[in-house]
Amino acid sequence: MTESDIAPVPEGRESLTLINVREGMFSGSGDTSGFGGLTKTIAMPGPSAKPYGGWFDSVVEILQELLEDTADAAIEAVVVDRGELTLRVNRDHLVEVCRHLRNDQDLRFEICLGVSGVHYPADSGAELHAVYPLLSLTHNRQMRLEVACGDDDPHIPSVCSIYPANNWHEREAYDFFGIIFDGHPGLARIQMPDDWSGHPQRKDYPLGGIPVTYKGATIPSPDTRRQYR
Amino acid sequence: MTGTHTFAAAPLGPDTDAPEFHAYGGDWSDIADEATRLGHQRIVVNMGPQHPSTHGVLRIMLEIDGETVTEARAGIGYLHTGIEKNMEYRTWTQGVTFATRMDYVAAMFNEAVYCLGVEKLLDIVDDVPERANVLRVMMQELTRIGSHLVAIGTGGNEMGATTVMTTAFLAREETFKIIEQVTGLRTNNAYIRPGGVAQDAPEDISEAVREMVGYVREKLDELAHLQLKNPIFIGRLKDVARLDLAGCMALGITGPMLRSAGLPQDLRKDQPYSGYETYDFQVPTAQGADAYDRVIVRMEECYESLKIIEQCADRLDQTAGQPVMVGDKKIAWPSQLSVGTDGQGNSLAHIADIMGTSMEALIHHFKIVTEGFPVPAGQAFATVENPKGVLGVHVVSDGGTKPWRAHFRDPGFNNLQALSMLCEGGQVADVVVAVASIDFVLGGVDR
Repeated sequence: MTESDIAPVPEGRESLTLINVREGMFSGSGDTSGFGGLTKTIAMPGPSAKPYGGWFDSVVEILQELLEDTADAAIEAVVVDRGELTLRVNRDHLVEVCRHLRNDQDLRFEICLGVSGVHYPADSGAELHAVYPLLSLTHNRQMRLEVACGDDDPHIPSVCSIYPANNWHEREAYDFFGIIFDGHPGLARIQMPDDWSGHPQRKDYPLGGIPVTYKGATIPSPDTRRQYR
Repeated sequence: MTGTHTFAAAPLGPDTDAPEFHAYGGDWSDIADEATRLGHQRIVVNMGPQHPSTHGVLRIMLEIDGETVTEARAGIGYLHTGIEKNMEYRTWTQGVTFATRMDYVAAMFNEAVYCLGVEKLLDIVDDVPERANVLRVMMQELTRIGSHLVAIGTGGNEMGATTVMTTAFLAREETFKIIEQVTGLRTNNAYIRPGGVAQDAPEDISEAVREMVGYVREKLDELAHLQLKNPIFIGRLKDVARLDLAGCMALGITGPMLRSAGLPQDLRKDQPYSGYETYDFQVPTAQGADAYDRVIVRMEECYESLKIIEQCADRLDQTAGQPVMVGDKKIAWPSQLSVGTDGQGNSLAHIADIMGTSMEALIHHFKIVTEGFPVPAGQAFATVENPKGVLGVHVVSDGGTKPWRAHFRDPGFNNLQALSMLCEGGQVADVVVAVASIDFVLGGVDR
C-alpha cells in the first residue's frame, strides 16, 4: 500500500466527517523521525454523485419520493464507499426515514441490526455519530444510516417505535457514548453499573491500566504508549 | 450459612415499605412462612447473576405469582470487559485476539466477521486465497457444531438430563481436537487473521476430519435418540417459550430462533461470504417456534455442518500447498506459525532467514509486527451467520494502524431481549428452558 492509498480526503468529495488532524508520525513528544512537521487531515469518505450503482439508486429515489418535500432536509448525503451504501440522515427526520425504509414494499428493511456509536472529537458540532445497519430480508440487501449530533446537544430520536429490537442497542450507545435517545422507553445504562460516571467508549475517556515491570524494564499501559500513525 | 449465594426476595416498585427477605442457603421455609404471615402476594425473585442455568453471569428478575411468571427482566453487564475499547489501542491484527474472546463458545465467528470487516476496509476481500477460505469455513462449521452442542447439552443438563450433556460434550471434544490440530489451541484461537489465516493445516488433517465426522454423526444420532422422542423432553419443551415469526421480526431475532418460526433466513445462503455459495448444504427450518423446534433446528444444522466439513476436507486435499495468506507483503503476517520443541511459535525457517540472511526481512518483520499496517479511512459493516444469528461488526478506520472504532452486534445481545416475551405468563420452571432455547453466551452479550 502506498502513501497515496491512505490519502485522507478522496478527490472531489467534500467529506462530512473530519476524523483527525495529525502532526508528525508518532503520538506524544519526541518524534525524532524527521517527519515532526508533517500535518495530515484525515476525513471519512465524502458524498457520492449519482449514479450510485446497482440497487442503491432505486432505494435512494424511492426514499426521496416518499419523503416528498422533506427529502433534501432529511437526507444530508449519500455515501457509497467500498460497495456499501450509507445515508447521512438529519436527526429530525430519522424516525420518518426509518418508517419508510421499513414499511415501503420496495424498501422493506425489516431488521435494524442495532446502533453503533462513534466519537469523532475533531468533528466540531457533530462529535457523536450513531450508525444504524439495516437488513432487508425481502430484498436481501444491507445498507446503513448515519446520524450525527453535537457534544453540547447529544440528542437523537429513538427508533424503538419502528424497530423495537433497538431498545437495548440504544441503551448501549447511551451507556458508552452519552447519546440521549429521545423517546426511548427506558434509557438506562446497560453494561456499566447504574451509578457509573462518564461514558467509557468516548475518545476522551481513558483506557486505564498501569505500567508493568518485567525483568527490570517497565512497560507503560497501552494508552500511554507511543503510538505509530 | 455460606453467605456467597444471596437470593433476595426484594419487592420492587412503588410500595417501598414492603419487606425484604434474604435467603442464605436452607432457610427457604422460614421465608415462606414469614411471607405468608405478612400476606404479601407479589414476590420478586432475583435469579442470578451466578445461577448455573443462566449460561454465565446473567441476572434475571422474575416477578412471580405462585408458579407463574408475571414479569421477567434481564440484567446484563456482569461480564463487560471493554473489548471494543481495548481494540482501539491495538493493531488491526491484534484485534483478532480480543474479538475471539467475546462469544467464547463460538470464537471463530468473532474472528471471521472482524477479519471480513477489516478486509472490506482494505478492499482485499477477493484476494484472500482459496485455501484460507476453505480453512475459515471448516473452522467456522466445526465451531458451529461445538456451539450447538453446548446449547443442546447444557439445555439438557439444566433439565436434569446429565447424559445429554456428557454425550454432547464428548462430540464437541472431537471438534476441538481438529481445531487444536489446525490452530494449536482449543478455543480463543486468534487463527483467522486479516488477509487469511495464521497457519496452514497439517498435511494429514483431512483424514482426521473424516474420522471426526463419522464419530460426531454417531454422537448426534445418539443425542437425537436420547431426546427427541423422550416424553419428558417433549413435555418440557413442546409449546414452551414460543415466539412466532411476527415476534421474531419485531425483536430483530435471527438464527435458529427465527428459523424455528419457519423463515429460512441464513446469511450463508442469502449473502454468502468466504465461498459459502460453493458448498452443498441445506437450511433447516421448523414451524413450531418453540423450544423443542429450536433443538430440532440446531440438531439438523449440526448434520448440515458435517456435510460442509466433509466438502472442506476434500478441498483441503485439492489445495494442498497453496498459500493461506494474501500475497500483499504490506498486509500479510510475515511468518507462518509452526510447532517447535518449545511449543508453538514463528517457523524456524523464517527465524533463520530474518536473523541470518536478510536484514531487510528482519526490518519488515519488526515493522509489521510492532507497527501493523495502515487501513484507509472509512467504515465498513460485515456480517456472518453465527450459530446464534447474525453477527455483525462495524469497523471504522482513521487511516491508521489501529481501529478507530470496532463495534460488534452480537446476536445473543439482541436475542436476549426476547426473554420477557418468552417467559411472561409461563411457569417458573420454564424460565430455564426459555433461557436455554435462546442460546446466548454472556461473553458475547456483554463484550
